[in-house]
Formats: sequence, C-alpha cells, structure tokens
Amino acid sequence: MTRFLIRRLLSAALTLFAVSVLSFLMFFALPRDPVTGMCPKNCNPERLERVRQELGLRDPLISQYAGYMKGIFTGRDLGSAQGGRCDAPCLGWSYVSNEAVSDTIARVLPVTLSIVIPAAILWLLLGVGLGMLSALRRGSWLDRAAIGFSLTGASLQLYFVGAVLLIVFVYNLRLLPVPSYTSLFENPLKWTSGLVLAWVALAFLFSAIYARLSRAQMLETLSEDFVRTARAKGLAKRKVYGRHALRAAITPVVTIAGLDVGGALGGTVITETTFGLNGMGRTAVDAVRAGDLPTIMATVLIAAVFVVLANVVVDLLYAVIDPRVRLG
Amino acid sequence: MGRSEAVPSGEPDRPEVPEQRSGDGPYLQVRDLRVRFDTEDGVVKAVDGVSFAVERGRTLGVVGESGSGKSVTSLAILGLHNAKRTTISGEISVGGRQLVGRGEEEIRRLRGRDMAMIFQDPLSALHPYYSVGKQIAEAYRVHHPGAGRREARARAVDMLGRVGIPQPARRFDQFPHEFSGGMRQRAMIAMALVNDPDLLIADEPTTALDVTVQAQILDLLADLQEEFRSAIVLITHDLGVVSQVADDVLVMYAGRAVEHGSVARVLRAPQHPYTWGLLSSVPSLHGDADADLLPIPGNPPSLINLPSGCAFHPRCRWAGVNGDRSRTEVPELREAGVPGHLVACHLSAGDRERIYRDEVARVGVAR
Repeated sequence: MTRFLIRRLLSAALTLFAVSVLSFLMFFALPRDPVTGMCPKNCNPERLERVRQELGLRDPLISQYAGYMKGIFTGRDLGSAQGGRCDAPCLGWSYVSNEAVSDTIARVLPVTLSIVIPAAILWLLLGVGLGMLSALRRGSWLDRAAIGFSLTGASLQLYFVGAVLLIVFVYNLRLLPVPSYTSLFENPLKWTSGLVLAWVALAFLFSAIYARLSRAQMLETLSEDFVRTARAKGLAKRKVYGRHALRAAITPVVTIAGLDVGGALGGTVITETTFGLNGMGRTAVDAVRAGDLPTIMATVLIAAVFVVLANVVVDLLYAVIDPRVRLG
Repeated sequence: MGRSEAVPSGEPDRPEVPEQRSGDGPYLQVRDLRVRFDTEDGVVKAVDGVSFAVERGRTLGVVGESGSGKSVTSLAILGLHNAKRTTISGEISVGGRQLVGRGEEEIRRLRGRDMAMIFQDPLSALHPYYSVGKQIAEAYRVHHPGAGRREARARAVDMLGRVGIPQPARRFDQFPHEFSGGMRQRAMIAMALVNDPDLLIADEPTTALDVTVQAQILDLLADLQEEFRSAIVLITHDLGVVSQVADDVLVMYAGRAVEHGSVARVLRAPQHPYTWGLLSSVPSLHGDADADLLPIPGNPPSLINLPSGCAFHPRCRWAGVNGDRSRTEVPELREAGVPGHLVACHLSAGDRERIYRDEVARVGVAR
C-alpha cells in the first residue's frame, strides 16, 4: 500500500511538472507579444523594453522557467515595478490588475471552493442516493420519478436553472439575498444564504447525471454472481445491498466524482457568471480576454493541481475499496 | 461411461430405490415443480413439472444441456429468483418444511443454514473486495447471531482447513484473486458447509476447473458428504461427473424430466433417446480412439415456444417410429422395466431395447 502511494504521488508530480512546462510555453506560443497586453495605456518602445526586462523575457527560456518555479516554492524578487519582493507561492505580477497574481488567487479561490465543495457533497448524496434507491425499487414510481429527474437535469443548462432560481427565490419571493460571497469564517449564515442557489443549481444538474450513473451501476452489480452468493448465504436484503452490492457499484462513481470535483475546483465559469460570483473560472476567462498571461498561467496550473490531486485521491480510494488494485 | 456396459442390464450394482429411514423421509422432496418467468416475449416455462427426492447422505445428479432447467430448479429450491417476475408452483419440501409460497424472510432463514449452494464459477461468485475468510465468517455469523468475530474467524479457519486449504489461518485474510481456481472452489465449499447444512446444491461445481482439480473437488465433496451426511444435488452437464459421485440421476430436457433412476441403471441401460445422445457425445477412455462422437443434432428449443408433443421430437431420430404420437402427445414419465427407473418416451420398451442395442450402443454409447 505504501509503495502504491509513493508510486502514485511520483506520477502525480511528474504530471504537474509537464503541465507547468506546457503552460509556461504558452507565453511564447501565443501569437501576440505577451508584453503588449501588460503594458498600461501609454505604451512606447522604451517602456515595452523595460517591461520585457522586468519580466525576464530577455533571459534564456530555461532560466525563466527556473525563476518561475523558484518563485512558487521559495518566493523571489520581481523588481520594483512588479511590487518588489514576492513571497512563495509567487505566481508573478499582473500588469492588468496591478497586483501579485497570488493575491488575486487568494481572493477568488475561496469563492470557488465555497461553491464547489458544498455543491459536490449535495450532488453526491442526492445523486448516488437516488440512483441506488431507484435501482433497488426498479420499476416503481420512485424509479420512474428518478428517471424523469435525471432526464430533466441532463437536458437543462446551468444558466437557465440558475436564472429561474434567481427569479423565483431572489426577485419574486425575496427569500434570499442577491448571491454574493462572504467568508465562511466571517459569517456562516451569510455565506450560506449568498451561495445556496449556486449549490442547488450545480447539485441539481450534477445529481441528475450521478443518479443515472449510480442506478445503472447498481443494476449491473445486482445481477452479479457474488450478490446471488450473498443472498444464498441467507444475508438479509439490507446487508446484501448495503455491504455487498453498494461497495462494488460505487467504484466507478468514485472515479467520475473525482474527475468532476477536481475539474470544478479549477473553476465553474458558468455558475460564477450566472450568480455574479467572482471565482477561479471567471478570473481565468477575464485573464484570457485581457491577455493577462501570468494570471492565465496561474489559473491553468491551479486547475491542473486540483485535477491531479483529485486523481490521486480517487486512486487511493480505489485501492481502499478494491484490494485487486493494490497489487497493480 | 467407462465402466458401463453395452448391453442393457436389469441388474444394478446399487439399490434401486433408496431405503427411507424410518420417520423423516427424504430430506429434499420436490413434487411437480413449475417455474415460469414473465418476459416481454412471453412466458418462459423454465421448469415444467419436475419431481424428485434426495435423502440425507445421498447424491442426485441433475443432467441436461444449458436451458434444460437444471439451474433454475436449484435456484427455485433456495428461493433465489426475482419474486416479481417468477411464478413457482408445486411442492418443495426441505426437512419437512414446505417452501413454495413461504415469505422471503422465512426462506432466508433456511438459506445458508439448512440448505446451501456451491456456485459454478467461484471467481465471480465470491465478492472480489472482501477477504475469503471474512466471506466465510459472514456466512457463519448470519445464522449464529451470538457468535463473536473471533469465534466466526476460528470457525472459518477450521472450515478452510477441512476443505484442504494449507495454512488456513494465513489464507483467511487473502482475497479471492489471490487464490487459485481450485482453492477458490474449496473456499466456496467451505463457505457452503460452514453452517453444516443438511442440503447442499452444487451447480456445476467443477466446470470452471481443470480436469485434475475437478477430480480433487469431487473427492472432497464425497468425503465431506460422509462427514456431514448432507443430501447433495449435483447439477452438471457432465455424465462423467455423475457416474463418479452420484447415486441417482435426473436427466432434464426443456424443463422436464425425461429420465430418472439410479446412476447404475441409467448409465448402463439408458432408456431415453436424449440420454443416448448425451452419452454418445462424450468420449470414452476404453473405447476406440477413432470412433466418432455423436453430437445431438440441433439446438435446445425455445422455452417460450416448446415443440408440441415430446419436446425432444425435432432432434430425435426415432420420433417417427410411433407415427405422429411424438409430435402430438406429451409423453409421461413411466416406469421402464425396473422399479424406480422412469422414462418419458413414446417408444415401447421393446423398441427402445432394440434401437439401443442395434443402432446406438454399437456406434457410440458405452464403447
């Protein structure tokens, strides 16, 4: 198990290294000169040259990359025009927002985390619960309702669901305030009331997919031989389903959930835009629009970290659930 | 098979009708069992009026092709069918208790304790995520609610040892994928026997195993039967297996019994053309190595649209001997010469003897 863990972490580190190199090369692969986008209004050749120097664009590629990585792990000095000393994790300086990229991230990342984590808990509980129940009561009204729910969820778009929720709960019934982000540690109640619609919208759409997936998995597992064996032993239904079938049916769901949650943590652009919340997704989109390369790189890297971490967690869960994985 | 002779003989080497011990009667008694599944295409008559009985300490071999209803019969005894889509009628009595029509909870209490099952493919029948020992201990604890973890573990280790698994205490914590095929089937047998059941149903227990291991598993079953005195129903398509371990044999075709009797009698003097076919499609160790096997032509019929009359008639070379009877009239199980040997065929006893002697035995069977 320890060897499995070490091997898995090593390959995760390798993946992140590759992503960091690729996103770094974006700087140079893009058709436009990264400097022009960062230069404030009164651009002249001298000024551009100075920005180039400050960004280290005149240095060899490798030492630029080394400097960037050094900044992330130990911090580095960016020069006076870029705010001087930049502490680890230093992600560079944005000429667009005129602040250290790490400060931007520190502001918007909690928003995304606050949207995604509660929503993920909701959609997993609701989706998996509904899917399992409808598989066990196959053909019942509950099953039919769950299938209808899945179909509805799968055919709707978030901005539509979000808009309907906003119109009903915020503007018509006035039950909730206009969505906004407040820190959980500052005011948990305001945190909840400001984000609950985003959770519900996300959870509704995702749980539709998860209900469908877990229903199919559970139905397949119920026809497995080992479930029949469990029944032949004389186990009560509750144990046959809860202990034997559920554990096997949940495995593929765990994989998909890891990917979805990891991906969502990197940014939920549509949700953030629909509810007017400023998280990672919107920051990334805005940075692309403004050509704000240091911010683009940071958002890409962080999203990659989440996806890779989620994958490691999935693999570990897998190894816990399925003993056969521990060998491979 | 190898040890049976070419000429039909009225002299069996085992008692024809098992002597019933006073008082209790056969442990398993099935009478006119019918199992139907409702499907979108129609009603599948998977089992259509089958009767048999098995005493404690005796083994009944149930033989037939896939789809003949042999596995369905065993699942019906344990009540493992989906109750919504299955209709079961007739009588199943286990240890004097009538099971047909009983509630799921009542049958559940008997499952694993009074009647246990060994499945065909132990790799898929064992849960891949739980250790072998845990699965056996679980089977014990279901029916011994007072037993603690330690007691159940000790019992499981003991059972693993008894089915011939070396270092059972160490093996307890291993997973099914860490066992070899034969070891897995031994573990499966240990699991079935952990509660000392009086009835053991083994559904093709050796099909997934290679030949040397097959023999070991059959020996093991025979030894354990001596020890536990259980009644065994052995489901198989392999008449070799039947001749090795069974006392009686029931040949099934399309959900019906076509021949039923002691192993000695049925294998030595088979009466039904289908049994002839089964015997002729197995190679013999003692026969001519170049002799052709005689497969039964055609395929098993659809259980939704059974052929009229004798369900076997489209595949039977002698269906026309009695005019149209085989096509129009369902043959009943009747005694064939010896008490306890039953056959469902329209051919007269004389015809059967003549055909078997002149046409079947010479070419294929019992070389």
